[in-house]
Amino acid sequence: MSTQIQPAPVRKSVFVNAPQARAFDVFTSGMGRWWPKTHKIGPADLDRPIIEPRAGGRWYELDVDGSECEIGKVAAWEPPARLVLIWQLTPEFTYDPDLITEVEVLFTPDGTGTRVDLEHRDLERLGDKADAMRETVSGPGGWPALLQLFADEAQS
Amino acid sequence: MANANRVFAALTDPTRRAVFERLRQGPCPVGEIARGLPVSRPAVSQHLKVLKEAGLVDDRSEGTRRIYQIDPKGLGAMRAWLDQFWDSALTAFAEEIEHAAKEEKE
Repeated sequence: MSTQIQPAPVRKSVFVNAPQARAFDVFTSGMGRWWPKTHKIGPADLDRPIIEPRAGGRWYELDVDGSECEIGKVAAWEPPARLVLIWQLTPEFTYDPDLITEVEVLFTPDGTGTRVDLEHRDLERLGDKADAMRETVSGPGGWPALLQLFADEAQS
Repeated sequence: MANANRVFAALTDPTRRAVFERLRQGPCPVGEIARGLPVSRPAVSQHLKVLKEAGLVDDRSEGTRRIYQIDPKGLGAMRAWLDQFWDSALTAFAEEIEHAAKEEKE
């Protein structure tokens, strides 16, 4: 299959009404206060996602029954300005230690608050994983059509 | 075939996103999806139709039942899901900060 077309990174920005250090703190140690409870991996209800505050730390979800499910890792821990997380969930939402996609979050002072820019990149690696899971890759409506979808997206 | 706009539009509806989320747990017939949601079975069927048209889910017949599953090609669905996910997550993050700031003032 062709892998020349890369899906565009997911980019999001939001302005928050808090100083830079506080924004970083709520995003990381306070992740359990805002992370949607519906977005979880394990079978049990989500208690909160936890980011270990250091480069190389774990990023995982703690469930109400005490079980833990890996989400990824911390690649860069640079409070209060920058955080890079490694998202290691496959298209089937299972943890894969060999899958590396980056989520970079920048916290920039902006007037009385902070501008938060998030970029989730290396999404083509999800495609490699999706591809590896499939027996066939070139059926009608398969990769050629999906790659067209991303070509359209990249140009829009 | 789906285009990107259609994929994103398909997931903006919260109920439809809930249907899609349900299929993350594995292939599922309509009736079973409807049981876990506060909407009627015909409504779920309608949402599934939109998701299918957007290329996000697939269906197959199993006896008299129709089983729905997330498009196993995954990539399109995954990117669309991530796009929606980070959107709602960052909105919730900003709201939490506003909420905490208000409480501190009071």
